[in-house]
Amino acid sequence: MTTEFAKTLDQPSQGMHTRLHLKTYILIAIMIVTGPVGNLLLAKNMKRVGTISMWPPSQLPELFIRVFGSFTIWAGIACLIAFISAYMLALSLADYSFVQPAAALGYGVIAVLGVFILHESVSPLHWLGIVIICLGVSFIRNTHPRTTENSR
Amino acid sequence: MILEAILFALIIVVGTGGELCVGRAMQETGQLERFRPGAAVSLLGRALRSKWIWIGVAMMTIAFFSLLLLLSFESVSFVVPVTALSYLVGAVGGIFFLGEKVAWQRWVGIGLVCLGVTIVVATK
Repeated sequence: MTTEFAKTLDQPSQGMHTRLHLKTYILIAIMIVTGPVGNLLLAKNMKRVGTISMWPPSQLPELFIRVFGSFTIWAGIACLIAFISAYMLALSLADYSFVQPAAALGYGVIAVLGVFILHESVSPLHWLGIVIICLGVSFIRNTHPRTTENSR
Repeated sequence: MILEAILFALIIVVGTGGELCVGRAMQETGQLERFRPGAAVSLLGRALRSKWIWIGVAMMTIAFFSLLLLLSFESVSFVVPVTALSYLVGAVGGIFFLGEKVAWQRWVGIGLVCLGVTIVVATK
């Protein structure tokens, strides 16, 4: 089914701009899930490690093991690798000033996941912030994703 | 206080600068023509030959370790709203470094995203 969908995206019968937009939106969708999840995992790991002291230098190897010796940080790094790959591919299709702010929709994804999966409560002001982000992205969506030409 | 200011500058300016360099590399490399994993890996592989990728990765690495260091003694709810400024820095960099044309709707959108991110993280 995924392959069929990929073929649909590659079909010349689809308008060039429609295909460009669809690919960009799919890559942004991958970014808005993997980016915030990766950042949350990193933050969780650093909270576990506690305050970092860089001195004396003899403690650095032990510090390195404390920071990188858990599954959480590697899961976070894996998410961020997926994020940066999708980011790079999206930048091959659209402007940086289009892709970067659109990725802020990730805050909405995190809130929705928090409510429906972790059963967290989200304050009305928090939802207002998410609505403002969505409004901002809808303004950005009204501009053409790419205003420059690729060099080749 | 001075350490915090330096770390914020590294995260916002150097981190966004690194992303702009990656954007430059992808401009030079070309578009993702076929939406397949093989084509995506091939494009990313070609991008690795651009010097801008490596400059960008080096700058983002500096920003990443600055973020880790800052998060070890400051809360996410304080750090992330300040780093929302990177959306504005990114738009300015997009114009001057990548030659993008930022229409007024995009400026309004970027401003709203900055405001929204600040509210979201401040209310956590």
